[in-house]
Amino acid sequence: MDFDPLLLARLQFAFTITFHIIFPSFTIGLSAYIATLLILRLRTGDARYARLARFWTRIFAVSFALGVVSGLVLSYQFGTNWSRFSVVVGNVIGPLIGYEVLTAFFLEASFLGILLFGGERVSPAVHAASAVIVATGTAISGFWILSANSWMQTPAGHAMIDGVAHPQDWLAIILNPSFPYRFAHMMTAAYLTTAFVVLAVGARWVLAERHYDEARIMVRMAVGMIAVLAPLQVIIGDQHGLNTLKYQPVKVAAMEAHWDGSKPGDFHVFAWPDEKAETNRFAISIPRGSSLILTHDPDGLFPGLTSVPPQDRPPVKNVFFAFRIMLAVGGAMVLVAMTGAVLWWRGALFTTGWFLKVASHGWWLGFVAIVAGWTVTESGRQPWIVSGILRTTDATSPVPGGSIAATLALFILVYGGVFSMGIYFINRLLARGLVGGASQPPGTGTPLRPQSAAREAGRGVLGQG
Amino acid sequence: MVLDLPTIWAALLGTAVALYVVMDGFDLGIGLLFPFAANERQRDQMMASVAPYWDGNETWLVLGGGGLLVAFPRAYAVIMPALYLPVIAMLLALVLRGVAFEFRAPQADTTAAWSIAFFAGSALAAFCQGVILGGYIQGIHVENGAFAGGPFDWATPFAALCGLGVMAGYALLGATWLIMKTEGAVADLARRQARVLLVVVMGFMVAVSVWTPLAFARIEARWFSAPNIYVLWIVPVVTAAVAVTVWRATERRDWVPFVGTVGLFLLGYLGLAISTYPYVVPPVLTIWDTAAARSSQIFMLAGTVVLLPIILAYVAYVYWLFRGKVREDESYH
Ligand code: HDD
Ligand code: HEM
Ligand code: HEM
Repeated sequence: MDFDPLLLARLQFAFTITFHIIFPSFTIGLSAYIATLLILRLRTGDARYARLARFWTRIFAVSFALGVVSGLVLSYQFGTNWSRFSVVVGNVIGPLIGYEVLTAFFLEASFLGILLFGGERVSPAVHAASAVIVATGTAISGFWILSANSWMQTPAGHAMIDGVAHPQDWLAIILNPSFPYRFAHMMTAAYLTTAFVVLAVGARWVLAERHYDEARIMVRMAVGMIAVLAPLQVIIGDQHGLNTLKYQPVKVAAMEAHWDGSKPGDFHVFAWPDEKAETNRFAISIPRGSSLILTHDPDGLFPGLTSVPPQDRPPVKNVFFAFRIMLAVGGAMVLVAMTGAVLWWRGALFTTGWFLKVASHGWWLGFVAIVAGWTVTESGRQPWIVSGILRTTDATSPVPGGSIAATLALFILVYGGVFSMGIYFINRLLARGLVGGASQPPGTGTPLRPQSAAREAGRGVLGQG
Repeated sequence: MVLDLPTIWAALLGTAVALYVVMDGFDLGIGLLFPFAANERQRDQMMASVAPYWDGNETWLVLGGGGLLVAFPRAYAVIMPALYLPVIAMLLALVLRGVAFEFRAPQADTTAAWSIAFFAGSALAAFCQGVILGGYIQGIHVENGAFAGGPFDWATPFAALCGLGVMAGYALLGATWLIMKTEGAVADLARRQARVLLVVVMGFMVAVSVWTPLAFARIEARWFSAPNIYVLWIVPVVTAAVAVTVWRATERRDWVPFVGTVGLFLLGYLGLAISTYPYVVPPVLTIWDTAAARSSQIFMLAGTVVLLPIILAYVAYVYWLFRGKVREDESYH
């Protein structure tokens, strides 16, 4: 059997990174939420915040562990899967990842120990500070890796010497043209994702009349967060798109399935892009909608896919449909946000059953939008791995297809098992709810010494011990 | 004065990898010793002794890989494809044993299964790291600056010997760590294990030290040629002295065995460094052939000089915070 190493390497990378991003999407926001809860507890002395913080910390521990181990794999895949990539742009990408390790990973990993196991050994202030440090670490981590990725989209500040990128201006590299937009958009996405999970759990408990006070705190905090961030995200996304139009017009053409740049672009609510015929089938469109959004003029023109030869176009269907999915989720999020804000204002947030029911099913919204968004970004960059510098076909490692196929199968097997187990565990923790309140004898609710946070939980859920 | 940046980076990277080997070594070693514990309660205690640290320990591995990409991208681009299968196997093994820290809930119906996963992941990761080391020492086939060998070039008896040697070494680190951090039955068992493991580890060290100069002329020349040998004989002699100290200390002392074992590791590591310097891809590419652009090395060095001491300080704080013994009755309730 013959394996295509390039295709397999891409599949493997796409699989492992998609698996990875699911966890940061959640842990970036959740660490900030836990830090907020611990600070509130510190300032108000209110035990409800402490109980919430403890509950979410257990879930955080499981998600974070999955994020760490899947990230470790990625950091080696630049060499195992994309060794030519490492040679050509290693001078630029290397230090950005190096700074991520030095400024973020050590910080997160070290203070995580205190956050999870140090509750009894340090003061509440130091405990809260550790949570803040972990949350800051995750954001710093996002800063550097998004800088690296943005540089691959919109390279700047370098010179090509003998086919290898040499850095000239580090500030221009780090703050490359798409970075501010991508950083703002991704961080907002992560906080939104967590807010929707918190909202779903809170709504579920309110409906079930469980943990009366804490459930309401969660719903209020989440609705407040979403009401601000969801509309903001649409605005940031719009600006992001305008910036992409400037630097990667072909990607935008694929997002809109816009073939002919000599005519204004319609906004296709649905279409089936036909790459052979260079046209769309079954299109349901808003005439000139895309032109209006992208140029603020219904007659405005922007480049179409036919402006470049077929081998320089990204896979249109992937980009187009992923973009629709993200937009749909964005719209749904804004709807939830507005409804929640109005109900809160009217004092009906906890009595409107249908809203709580909808909210309790919306935990997955952020994850779907994030994976869809990254598909737009990464597939839309094709056929380049680094825009204008290196094509994906020229970036691979001298590794035979058989090796990649075998390891891809192993990744799917191991990740599949680990992921199912993670979901199972998190579900058990959610079902178990809060612990360590007034109903608990003093001193039994908190782990007294170093031990895994999920351990105590595991014992509880499985009904023994 | 012109700084020899590649040499500075080789030293820094060497330090990062050494720190990784010692720190993740002891927590991988705990996994290796899992099957020998009497029951799951003892395993809870063993795991509790490393739970707050393992994530930080593993970060040194990220720094090692990241550092290689930063400082010597062309070496990274040769070594990773050459050792593709053992590297991926090691990563998958680390995934399995990393999540076991969270999933191995005591007294649940899945506890035993995750104990096995923790052992298997730790053992496979340790073995692969040894194989990677062996594959690296024995040399990589390079043409035009790129890896040009086959997918199984690394699979030699020598690499297998290194794999087993690293497993034994990590188990020894784990056992001496348990002597330091635990009491009661777990510590008693660890004292007995440490003695056996020490003998095994010394056996492997001797085997590798004899094998490499015999098999690789460049290593023989490095150690046994004229001026070098007058200084280098110190390395094996000091190693032997440290080994004797560890042996004696396993009886009564709590922290001496661990510190001594760390010393053994560093000496073995120094030996390897002496054997390979200045190659970063032995025996063809030197640190100067593969160095990153000067501006990249300087940019990163500036940050490292500031950040590394800060990192070491807070890592030390975390270790200090969780100091003392994990007691038998304390591991869970
Ligand atoms: C915007 C966020 C983001 C993105 C796009 C990525 N990561 Fe990530 N990564 C994180 C955000 C993050 C995070 C929030 O910092 C971690 C810590 C734990 C977690 O769940 O995610 C993480 C963990 C993590 C770790 C383990 C760190 C540790 O030991 O503590 C490594 C080595 C990587 N990542 C590497 C990568 C690579 C090579 C990526 C791209 C190719 C990547 N990550 C994409
Ligand atoms: C409905 C309004 C939205 C618009 C107009 C929008 C716009 C965009 C655009 C144009 C890109 C691609 C940029 C590029 O590749 O250069 C993108 C990517 C992305 N989007 Fe959105 N987006 C919206 C909503 C959302 C929502 C609600 C989320 C998640 C909660 C999200 C998460 C992402 C992510 C993670 C990426 C990939 C990273 C990046 O390039 O920033 N987006 N978005
Ligand atoms: C974390 C969110 C991310 C997701 C979900 C994601 C997703 C993907 C996907 C789906 C592909 C395959 C695209 C295709 O072949 O059509 C890909 C490719 C790739 N991405 Fe990303 N990506 C993310 C972030 C990053 C970052 C931060 C970097 C680098 C700093 C990066 C580097 C790459 C590389 C090197 C490839 C392989 C070459 C290619 O096929 O384009 N990605 N990614």
